[in-house]
Order: sequence, then C-alpha cells, then structure tokens
Amino acid sequence: MSKSSATAGKDKTMNVVVVLKQVPDTESAIRIAGDGKSIATEGIKWIVNPYDEFAVEAALRLKAKHGGKVTILSYGPQRVVESIRTALAMGADDAVLIGEDDIESSGRLQLAKAMAAAIRSLNPDLVIMGFRAVDNDMAQRGPMIAEYLGWPHLAFAVSIESDGNQVTIKRPIEGGSVTLESTLPALVTLGGSHAVWNPRFASLPGIMKAKKKPLAVKKLSDFGLDPAQFAPGAGKTRVISLEMPQERQPGRIVDGGLDTEGKARELTRLLHEEAKAI
Amino acid sequence: MGKSVCVIAEFRGGDLRRVSYEVASEGKRIADALGSDLCAVALGSGIAEKAAELGRYGVKKVYIVDDPALENYLAESYVPIIADIIRQCDPAAVLLSASVDGKDLAARLSARLDVGLVQDCTEILVEDGKIRVKKPIFAGKCFAWNEWIEGAMPLISCRPNVMQCLTLSEDQRAEVERVDIPVPETRSRFKSMDLDTSGRVGLSGAEIIVSGGRGMKEAQNFAMLEDLAKLLGAAVGASRAAVDAGWRPHADQVGQTGKVVNPNVYIAVGISGAIQHLAGMGTSKYIVAINKDPDAPIFSKADYGITEDLFKFVPAFTEEVRKLKSTCS
Ligand SMILES: Cc1cc2nc3c(=O)[nH]c(=O)nc-3n(C[C@H](O)[C@H](O)[C@H](O)COP(=O)(O)OP(=O)(O)OC[C@H]3O[C@@H](n4cnc5c(N)ncnc54)[C@H](O)[C@@H]3O)c2cc1C
Repeated sequence: MSKSSATAGKDKTMNVVVVLKQVPDTESAIRIAGDGKSIATEGIKWIVNPYDEFAVEAALRLKAKHGGKVTILSYGPQRVVESIRTALAMGADDAVLIGEDDIESSGRLQLAKAMAAAIRSLNPDLVIMGFRAVDNDMAQRGPMIAEYLGWPHLAFAVSIESDGNQVTIKRPIEGGSVTLESTLPALVTLGGSHAVWNPRFASLPGIMKAKKKPLAVKKLSDFGLDPAQFAPGAGKTRVISLEMPQERQPGRIVDGGLDTEGKARELTRLLHEEAKAI
Repeated sequence: MGKSVCVIAEFRGGDLRRVSYEVASEGKRIADALGSDLCAVALGSGIAEKAAELGRYGVKKVYIVDDPALENYLAESYVPIIADIIRQCDPAAVLLSASVDGKDLAARLSARLDVGLVQDCTEILVEDGKIRVKKPIFAGKCFAWNEWIEGAMPLISCRPNVMQCLTLSEDQRAEVERVDIPVPETRSRFKSMDLDTSGRVGLSGAEIIVSGGRGMKEAQNFAMLEDLAKLLGAAVGASRAAVDAGWRPHADQVGQTGKVVNPNVYIAVGISGAIQHLAGMGTSKYIVAINKDPDAPIFSKADYGITEDLFKFVPAFTEEVRKLKSTCS
C-alpha cells in the first residue's frame, strides 16, 4: 500500500443520515378513496419503506466499522414517529421528524427541498436512503435531494463501502453492473433486496432503549424555510384520477381427468394455439 | 408550429439502446398530436453516426455532446449538460426511458430544471393539447393518471417494453448538431462496468418468464427451469422465498421489492402467490401456475392452472415444448 493511500484509507468516524419514508404495509390491499384521486388509508398498517430499512441496516454496518452516528430523518404526521422508533430500535442514535402533516401534498420538489435543508442542518458525511418507495414508486427523491444539496449521488446500490473519505457502490444496470465511487459528502440510494441487505430486527432491549433516544420534531421554519411555499398543491404535477388494474378473467384449471403427460400436452397446446405465445 | 418535443436518447458502448427507439417513437406520436417537431439529445463517446439513426423514428434534429469522458453514464456529468441543452431548446415536453440510468437522470434533472417529473409511465395521452400520463403505483396494484399544472413543462420517463416502436423509414437520418458544452468536473467517478455475457435472457425485456419459488426445494432444482427457459427463449425469475434461501441471485426477484415484470407469459412454478409477488407480475398477459396445492392464491390470478407436483409436471411439460419446437422448425 502506498503511503498516501495508507493515510487516505485511515478510517474516520462517520456521521450518517438515513432518510426514511413511512408507507402502507406491502400486505395492504389497495383501495381508491372517495375522492377518486388517493388511496383509502382507513385500516392501513404503516411500515418503514423496505428500501429505507435497508438503508438503516447499511448505515448501522458503517457505524459498526467506523464509529460515528446514525441519524434518522423523516417527515409527515405523528404516526411516522412509530416508524422512526423502529429504526431507533434497530440501533440508530437519534432522529429528526419534519412534523408537518401536509408536507407530502406540497409536491415532490418541495419535499426534496425541505429534506435538503434538514440534512444541511445535520451536516452529515453521507446520506443513505432507498432508491424508491414501494407506494408511489417514483425513484426520484434521492437524486432530487442531492441536487438541492449540490452533492454527488450514487443511485441504486447493491453494495456500499466507505473509508470515511469516499464511498464506493455497485449498481446493477440492464445486463450487468457498474462500480461507482465518490468523495464525501455524498448521497447514496439503495436497491437490492432483503436477501442482499438482510436488515436486522429490532431486539426487545433495542425497543426499550429506542423510547429514550432523542427525537426532535421540527417545523419548516426551524430550517429557515417559508411554510407558505410548502402549501398543499405547490407541486408541478397533480394526480387527476386513480384506476385499478383490469380484473383478470377467472383462470382455467387444466385437468379434465388427464394424467401428467396429458396436462403437459394440453398446456402446451393452449399456449401455442390459444395464447399464441410459444 | 409549437415548441418541439424532446427525447433523451441512451447510449451504451457506442450503441443506441433499444429503449431509446421506444421513447423516440412515443415522442413522435406526442409531437404529432401537439403539431410540433421531435428533437433529441444524446451524450456519449463516438456516437454521431448512430445518433443520426434516430431519424428513423421521426427525430428531425439530434443535439449531441460527444466526449470520451461521457462514455459511461454518471449523473454528476450528464445532468448539467442535458439541463443546459434543454434550457436552450425550451421544449414542450421531454421524454426519456425509465431504464436504470434514465430514472436516475430524470430525477436529478427535474430538480435542476425545476420541472415536474412523472416516472415509469405506461401510457401518454394528449387531450386538448394537454399531456396526461398513466403510471403504476404500489408495484402495479393501482394506476395513477397525472397531469401538469398550467405552464409547467412535462418531464416523463417511459417504462421499457411498453411503448410501441414505430419505424418511419429505415434510411431517414436526423440532422446531428454538435453542442459545445464542456464536461464538468465531478466528485463522483465511474470505475468499471461488468456485463453479463452468458447470453441469458434478462428479466426486464423477456417475452416469457419461468419463475421458481420455495416449492423448488433447492438451488440445483432450478436447472429444470433453466432447461425449460432455454427452450422457450425465456428468462428465469424467482420469488422472494427462493432468493432469500440463496437459490437465486437477488436480481432475479420478482415482486414489490423485486422487479416488476410485464411479459407475455409468466409461468409461476411452486410459488404460492403472496400479494407482494402478485404485485410484481400481475400485469403479465398470460399467467400459468404450477402448484400442488389447489388452494394456492396464485390460481385465482392464473389463466392456466396446473395442480400437480412440479417435479413431475415440469419435465413432462419441457418434453412437450421440445416436441412442439422440433415440429415447428
Ligand atoms: C416487505 C415485504 C416485501 C416482499 N417482497 C416480495 C417480493 O418482491 N417478491 C416476492 O415473491 N415476495 C415478496 N415478499 C414475500 C411474500 O410475502 C412471500 O413470503 C413470498 O412471495 C413467498 O414465496 P413463495 O411463493 O415462493 O413461497 P411459499 O409461499 O412458501 O409458497 C411455496 C408454494 O410452493 C408450492 N409447492 C411446494 N412444493 C411443491 C411441489 N413439489 N410441486 C408444486 N408446488 C409445490 C406450495 O404449495 C406453495 O404454494 C415480501 C414480503 C414482505 C414482508
């Protein structure tokens, strides 16, 4: 190892912020609300967006290696506190909630601006978050926040390594993968799956401890932002209607007293002649 | 004639990616509906010749920045350049592919240009001169129609393999204009690319997908599905249970936290049909379920259901497909 990389490679403690979104449980059956433009939220169970849970795990592993601190940043109504506590119970150190009930309806660019302002106030080395949320599935918040911070971002990571000075990720692309690197501070969004990140569960002692960890509820004005610019409907796009996917015709069981070979022949015929797919 | 519609073309290894044909075709339809022209932006290294081929899809003019430093996509270098070009041509709408890089680029570009973005659209309509787009939410459990507020420029990423490709004329060439914008200094760097050369069909573009679940019992049993997939020219997918068990790579996972796929035929083998799995494959044209449990929820979504032990049925089915293929060719 060369001299310069020996010093550059010296691990520094890291200040990591994880941006967390609360989303409906993936088990939820989705129903359209009375206004025809939103999802009915009665009876919905709320969870940490799975990709953000991966981000908590990745941040905790970096902390285990380098020391430092993991701060959870989230936004929205009081119910979000429960998801933040989940992340604290996993091992994060403290949290900030931008406690503005309607902030999500102020538009995606506005929300990203608010997140960037909050992140600036926390002065981290690295920000990690999911590359998409499993509700609106826009895959855009991370890059937007990075743009407002004026930082590089590396998106859709399935691995993340850092020595406290720079960060390296692997990112799948169609038909392969690429390796990217950036000096810190930077923002990384995570892809992958449960199998890749294997996020830890909150232990019982973790849950007890989480109750005492600092959780600051902040207002937009605390970050020097003008709340008037974050009013509902400040976005550039709007949803005009929601639509359920077409109901599938009830399927057909290929049986008719056929033996295995008979069924195989019949399925092949159906796919060939009826579906014209093979 | 109104402002032109602009598409951002995607290159890899000096070649235009197929998704860009789709986006250009869709862009042409929108430009026609708005009574405007279609232009394109392309960044890369050694791309001038290939960029002109966008003419086949109705692109009149391509603005290119051709520089060895742009050989590979990097948000930090691509976004400022593309933003500059878009500011200069002030289009009526900008379209790009919701590919891995496309979505990333679109998101950052949206903030840089302060324009509204809708990602991963599956349908675009022009009604009374207004653009409306449809996109899946909750991994396809629902769809949302979106529009832009008065005066806002639409930025739209289009889901791959959904938009129809229209070739206007094989030898129509687009006018290529080299734009002189320096490549910015970046703090992030592209290190390396590793392409899969096994020739296996990828999930996202596959016409047919054969997917295995926990019912496959162990990793080596997937050889059976690989054989079937090879015969069908299909890709192999997996449920989360199969991926979590380490039988398949995570990139093969189909579902709410995996890939959302949209093939012509989806064959679910030993998969129960949990809501998170259905979310990822529910829009397949034909769904085939092979499961020994007649009460498995997957049967309620399947066009063709086979209640059998997969270890008996899959080899028999593979044999029948082999016979069919040998008589067809
Ligand atoms: C946050 C979250 C995200 C998730 N995301 C995803 C996702 O993206 N994708 C996903 O797939 N799941 C996802 N899941 C998991 C999902 O809930 C299910 O656990 C999973 O899909 C089950 O996989 P499976 O159908 O292969 O296994 P099982 O549900 O165990 O089903 C196995 C099936 O195989 C059948 N079988 C067994 N032996 C045979 C045989 N010899 N012949 C024929 N049939 C046989 C059984 O009858 C059974 O129906 C997610 C869960 C959560 C909580």
